Amino acid sequence: MINRVVVAMSGGVDSSVAAGILRDTGHEVVGIGLQLVDSLDSVGTERSCCGIGAMEDARRVAESLDIPFYVLNFKEAFKASVIDYFVSSYLKGETPNPCVPCNKVIKFEELLRVAKGLEARFLATGHYARVVHDRPDGRYQLKKGVDPDKDQSYFLYPLSQEQLAHAVFPVGEMTKKETRELAEGLGLKVHDKPESQDICFIDGCSYAEYIEDNNGSRFTPGPILDESGSVIGEHRGLPFYTVGQRRGLGLKIPKPMYVTAIDPESNSIYVAPHGHLKREDCVLLDRVNYIATTGPKMPVRVTARTRHRSPEVDAFLVPLDEGTAHVEFDEPQEPTAPGQSVVLYDRDTVVAGGVVKRRD
Amino acid sequence: MDRGIYLDNAATTPVRQEVQDTFDEVLSGTFGNASSIHTFGQDAKRVLEESRETVASRIGAQPDEVIFTSGGTESDNLAVRGAAYVLKDRGRHVITTAIEHPAVLNCCGALEREGFDVTYLPVDLECRVHPDWVLDAIRPDTILITVMFANNETGSVQPIEEIGGIARQKGVIFHTDAVQAVGKVPVDVDDLGVDLLSISAHKIYGPKGIGGLYVRKGTTLDPLVYGGHHEKNLRPGTENVPGIAAFARAIELATVELASVKEHLELLKERLANGIQERIDMVHRNGSRDSCLPNILNMSFSGVDGEALLLNLDLMGIAVSTGSACSSGATEPSHVLLAMGIEPLLAQASLRFSFGRENTEEEIDRVIEVLPDIVKRLRGLGDSRAVR
Repeated sequence: MINRVVVAMSGGVDSSVAAGILRDTGHEVVGIGLQLVDSLDSVGTERSCCGIGAMEDARRVAESLDIPFYVLNFKEAFKASVIDYFVSSYLKGETPNPCVPCNKVIKFEELLRVAKGLEARFLATGHYARVVHDRPDGRYQLKKGVDPDKDQSYFLYPLSQEQLAHAVFPVGEMTKKETRELAEGLGLKVHDKPESQDICFIDGCSYAEYIEDNNGSRFTPGPILDESGSVIGEHRGLPFYTVGQRRGLGLKIPKPMYVTAIDPESNSIYVAPHGHLKREDCVLLDRVNYIATTGPKMPVRVTARTRHRSPEVDAFLVPLDEGTAHVEFDEPQEPTAPGQSVVLYDRDTVVAGGVVKRRD
Repeated sequence: MDRGIYLDNAATTPVRQEVQDTFDEVLSGTFGNASSIHTFGQDAKRVLEESRETVASRIGAQPDEVIFTSGGTESDNLAVRGAAYVLKDRGRHVITTAIEHPAVLNCCGALEREGFDVTYLPVDLECRVHPDWVLDAIRPDTILITVMFANNETGSVQPIEEIGGIARQKGVIFHTDAVQAVGKVPVDVDDLGVDLLSISAHKIYGPKGIGGLYVRKGTTLDPLVYGGHHEKNLRPGTENVPGIAAFARAIELATVELASVKEHLELLKERLANGIQERIDMVHRNGSRDSCLPNILNMSFSGVDGEALLLNLDLMGIAVSTGSACSSGATEPSHVLLAMGIEPLLAQASLRFSFGRENTEEEIDRVIEVLPDIVKRLRGLGDSRAVR
């Protein structure tokens, strides 16, 4: 049996170290770089994870680790399951998280299929998360990375048991500092490369500009309304705004105002001063994926993370029909944006996660 | 160092020692600018013109009918666009085929955007265009026919001589991209009746970045690049004399050894094709059996992703291609195989094996030994989709 592992290599320090660790623990490592967008699309600066420059970094890392490396084309799948989703979600007035479908579909469906074709037992990525398989019920558990500042389990919650069974996250056991030190120890030039930021396929323009370019038409401006329903300003088009946003509203009133709701039906944005933000007791989640257990019948005690890096808050997860669930917060929370992911934990273990659904 | 088994000679070939010796000799010994009046320049000019004579003689042309370029793509551009621009006042119709190399196809696309009308002829199941289809497509405003000599993915050789006869009879300029054919099958510009013919050095054990365009006397082209008076004003820029000398050496060796190498290549090709067909079921051999280059074998492995096969073979030290090197990384199935009427899934289940003079029967046997297990395993993964 070949002890082969495929590593998704982005040229960044995390996936490079992942490849190095696996090589040094006796695995036959095959590095694969994912080409996700056309190089013409002005992607490829240092900070994005999928540009041509990044691929050349990955190639150099593979060379210095002496492992085979291939760049494979995933443009079509990426367009269909990440970019189109991102654009249409924003156009519906939602705030999507494109990293979530990228991990689920591009890495752990498309790339995993390639890995299996290469007789690899596992697919490894540079995520700060852990997969644990030690429970009597045999279920694979997804846990936070040990570095609390870097934990990326939030982006991995939709993975199925089958996907987790083939997933390895070597840097999940390490802190970022340890990763960088190890990169230096491995002689990798990328050890001090800056973190990738923002959305990898958008570079040099705002989300809204990108969506406008992709949508092929200009956005329609509309009213900004206060709590009483009076028009107090004009917005430039829904995709420029997200729930909770304060900056860039262009309102001519001294008090700071926050977006409380986005209504695609009437093309309106609702705002309120901070103290007046309607806090939510509960959010409705859609596309819920349960990891720790099969879908529970009863409410489960959890901590909820409503966006990447936001502190977790105490809540009950209340399972509903057809992949939906309620998250009932102990303390009312600032409003969450539809389209955003909410991930539910039992200490460091991911219980489940889902996407905030707009309430009708 | 073991460099593995290289079966991608249609993408490029290793430079052979004699060619490298010529290159090194000229690179260090004859550095002058061939346009200079002094002795250094004259030395370079002599090498340049001797090389031109050699290249011309190997394709049955006169020396002043050979223009040196940076390779096949530039030759195709100069021929197709250069001819179209000169003749645009006489007509704006160009005839080509659906299976051309992107160097020709994308020139045609550019011409279409500039107001030209392009007819893309289909091919039959064996990847061949029929001469009478060319004849039927000719209109009063047809100014150029461009049909490749041999296809780079399937190796199918086109009826160039017949098309040449038709073009001559109708008074239409005829270009052929012979990048894959030169050095593999006999090429004589007068027998073929072509006006323009593209050649590349790196497909015949020469260096990359050098090639040539045969331009029949009396055929005028617009240059694509402007500069000095080099290459009859068609291709300005100080000549790459070491590359040109190496190109001449490469084409000389390839054409002199053509018959014996052809026999060797055909033996390897049939050995691999038979070995695969004996050991693996549901395989299809693509392209023409009777009218084919000796060095290209294209096969489809039903239910398997060609790219997965390629990667598995590479990890075992065997280099093949899923199509042309220029389209690797593309998720789309080969435009050539689709034009032959092969369904997309089967087209994406294809591999191109292309042989070179250095390949051995032992290497072929190694491929025959490992390939069945890989195909069996990939078919057994239960993913009904042959492709990602």
